[in-house]
Amino acid sequence: MIPELGHFALILSLCVALAAGILPLVGAYRNQAQWIAFARPATSAIFVLILVSYACLTWAFYVDDFSVAYVAGHSNSQMPTIFRLSAVWGGHEGSLLLWALMLAGWAIAVATFSRQLPDAMVARVLGVMGLVMVGLLAFTLFTSNPFERLMPAPAEGRSLNPLLQDFGLLYHPPLLYMGYVGLSVAFAFAIAALLAGQLDAAWARWSRPWTIAAWAFLTLGNSLGSWWAYYELGWGGWWFWDPVENASFMPWLLATALIHSLAVTEKRGSFKNWTVLLAIAAFSLTLLGTFLVRSGVLTSVHAFATDPGRGMFILIFLTFVIGSSLLLFAIRAPKVGLGGRFALVSRETLLLLNNVLLVVACGAVFLGTIYPLLIDALGMGKISVGPPYFNAVFIPLMLPVLALVALGPTMRWKQSDLKADLLKLWPAAVVGVAVGVATPLLASQWHSYAALLMALVGWIVAAIVLQTYDRLKAGKPTASWWGMQLAHFGLAVFVVGATMISVYDEERDVRMEPGDTVAVGGHVFKFLGVRAADGPNFSSLVGSFEVSKEGQPLSMLYPEKRDYGPGHMPMTEAAIDGRFTYDLYVSLGEPLTADKEGGPWAVRVYYKPFAFWIWGGCLFMALGGFIAMADRRYRLKLKPRPAAVAVGAAA
Amino acid sequence: MKRFCAVLAALCLIHPALAREAAPMAEDPVVEERLVKIAEELRCLVCQNESIAGSQAELAVDLRNEVRDLIKAGKTDRQVKDFLVARYGEFVLYRPQFKPTTYALWIGPFVLLLVGFVALFSYLRKRSRKVEDAPPLTEADRKRAEVLLKESQS
Repeated sequence: MIPELGHFALILSLCVALAAGILPLVGAYRNQAQWIAFARPATSAIFVLILVSYACLTWAFYVDDFSVAYVAGHSNSQMPTIFRLSAVWGGHEGSLLLWALMLAGWAIAVATFSRQLPDAMVARVLGVMGLVMVGLLAFTLFTSNPFERLMPAPAEGRSLNPLLQDFGLLYHPPLLYMGYVGLSVAFAFAIAALLAGQLDAAWARWSRPWTIAAWAFLTLGNSLGSWWAYYELGWGGWWFWDPVENASFMPWLLATALIHSLAVTEKRGSFKNWTVLLAIAAFSLTLLGTFLVRSGVLTSVHAFATDPGRGMFILIFLTFVIGSSLLLFAIRAPKVGLGGRFALVSRETLLLLNNVLLVVACGAVFLGTIYPLLIDALGMGKISVGPPYFNAVFIPLMLPVLALVALGPTMRWKQSDLKADLLKLWPAAVVGVAVGVATPLLASQWHSYAALLMALVGWIVAAIVLQTYDRLKAGKPTASWWGMQLAHFGLAVFVVGATMISVYDEERDVRMEPGDTVAVGGHVFKFLGVRAADGPNFSSLVGSFEVSKEGQPLSMLYPEKRDYGPGHMPMTEAAIDGRFTYDLYVSLGEPLTADKEGGPWAVRVYYKPFAFWIWGGCLFMALGGFIAMADRRYRLKLKPRPAAVAVGAAA
Repeated sequence: MKRFCAVLAALCLIHPALAREAAPMAEDPVVEERLVKIAEELRCLVCQNESIAGSQAELAVDLRNEVRDLIKAGKTDRQVKDFLVARYGEFVLYRPQFKPTTYALWIGPFVLLLVGFVALFSYLRKRSRKVEDAPPLTEADRKRAEVLLKESQS
C-alpha cells in the first residue's frame, strides 16, 4: 500500500509540475499577477509530494519490502540499516527520485531566498525549473519507476553491489546530484533573463550565489568521489579519467568558467551573451552526462542498470533543451548590450582567457570521452582512450590557468598596467622559483614536471599573501573576496597533492609471510598475519601490519579481504594511515597458498606523499565558494523607488 | 589487546626467522618497473575500465605475467604493445595510436585552443571598435544621480 502511495504522490507531483512549468511563465509574459503568484505555492506542493514519495520508497527499504522490484534488486535484510537507507539512491530509479527531490528543494530555496527579486522574475525562474522537473519526473515515471511491484515477492533481496556498501555512498552521490541539479538553477536564471529580455548586471547578481553554490557542491561531489575511489578500490589511484568521472568533471569545468564570467557580467556588465551560453552549456552537459551514464553506451566502474529506452528519452529531452534554449538565445542575444569598455590589458581580458582555457579543456575531455563511442558507431573499430591521453592533453592546458590565477586578483578592471602588476608580484615569482627548485631537491630526485608545478604553486600562494596584505591596507575585504582567495589557495593545495602523489609515490608489490617486513618511503611494515572475522553481511580476512619508523612503532594497519557471498567479486578494503604530509597505504592481494591464515600473501604497500592535500584542497575550494555566496550584497533588498521613476520620467 | 599479543607470540613461535625482508613478487625490480609502466597503459579487457596494473582480475594477472615474460625475453616496450594489439586489437591500448582515425582526437584539443584564441582576440578587437566610451554626464543626469544618492541615504 505504501509504495502505491509513493507512486501516486509522484504522479501528482508531475501534474503539479506541468502546471507550475506553464502558468507562471504565461503569467509573467502576460503580466497577470494571479498566475505569477501561482509559482511559489506550486513549488511548495511539488516539494511536499516528492518528499512523500521519497519517504515511501525509503520506508519500503526500511521494512525490507521485497515485493518492490527496486528494493529487491538493491537491498537485503542482512545489510546494516544505514546502508539500506542509502541504498535508496544506490541504483538508477531511486537516484532519479533523490534527484527530483533535490531539484524541488533548490526550487523551494529559490522561492524562499529570492524575496528581494521582482515577482515576475521569480515566477519565470520557478517556471523554467518546473519544466525541467516535468522532464525529470516523466523520465522517472515512464522509464524508471522505482515503485514497480514484483509478483511473487522474493523472500530475500539481491544485495547492493559491495563496492557501494560504504559510507561513500552516503555522501558522494547526494553531493554530486546537488551540484548537477544546482546547475539547473543557473540555467533557469539564464532562460528567465532571456525570456524577460532583461539580461543585465542585476540578473548576474541574482544568479551568482546560486551558481557558486552549485559549483561548490559539484566540487565536493567530485572530490569526495575521488577520495572514495582512493580508499575503496584498493590500488591507490584517485582519478581514473573514467568516462563517468568525466561526465561530472566536464560540468565542473564549465561551471568554473561560468562563475568567472558571471563575475565580469555582474561587475562590469560585459560578456552577457557568453555567460548565458555557458549556463546553457553547463546544464546541457549535466544532461549529456546523465545520458552517457544511464543509457548503457559506456562501460565503467559506475555501471548502472541500463536500458536503451532511457537513453532515447534523455536524448530527446537533451535535444529539446538545447534546441529551444539556443533558439531563444538566437532571438534575444542580438539585442543585448556589450557593456563597459575595457582595454586589452585588463581583468576582463584575463577572465576571458580563463574562460577560453577552461572551455577548451572541457572540450578536450569531451573529445576523449566521446571519441571511442563515435569511432565504434561509425564502424571504424574499437579503441580505448584512457589516462595517458587525458594527462597528455589536459595538463598542458591547465598550466597557463595556474599561471594566470595569481595574476587575476592583482589586475584592475577596465584597464590595467601589466608592467606594474608584474612588478607588484615579483616577490611571488621569486618564491615560485625557489619552491620549484627546492621541492625536487628535498625529495632527492629531480623531476622537471614536479619542479614546474610546484613553482606555480609557490607563485599562486605567495601572490595570495601579497594581495591579501595589499587589500587589508585598503580596508576590510568582502566575503566574496575572501571566498575567491580561499578557493584559489585550495587550487594550489590541490596541485601540491596531485603533483607529489603522481611523481613521488612509492609502491612495493611483495610476497609476505607472517613476520616478514617491507620498507617503503622510510617506513617499515611488518606483516603479523591474517585472521578471520565476520561482518554483518560478509566474512572477512583481516591482515595485521605493524608500521614503524626508525625502529619506533608508529601505528597498526588492518587491511581486509571481504567476501560478500556468491555472485559478488571479493572486495579489497585497503588500510590507510593518513598523515598530514603522507599516507601509508596497505592492501591485501591474494593468498598465495591454501593456508589463508598462516601462509604467504601477495601484499601491496604504498607510500603516498601529500595524498590528503588533493581532497583538502578541494574542500578549501568548496568552502571558498560557500563563503563567497554568503556575501551580503547578494541579500540586499531592492527598494521601491517612486522618486527615481518620477525624475526619470521628467528627464 | 591480550589476545592480540597471544597471536603475536604464537606467530613468533611458528616463524623463528622474525623480521625477514619480504620477497618482492618479481625477482627483478628493473623488469618490474618496466612492467608497471607498460601495464598502466593497457586495458584489462574483462574489467570495467581498469588498467591491468590496477586490476586483480585473473586476466589482468595473466597479462601481467605475459608482459613480464616478454620483457624478460628482451622485447622493447613497443614490441610488447604490438604483440598485445595483434592479439586483442587496439582496444587494449589506453593511449590510442596516432593514425588517420585518431588524428582528430590528438590534434583536436590544440586546434580548439587555437580557434579559441583567434576568436577571443578578434572578438576583443571588434568589441573595442563597437563600444563607445560612456558620454559625459549631462546636467539632468547629475540631478538624477543626486536624487538617487539622497534617497539611498535616507
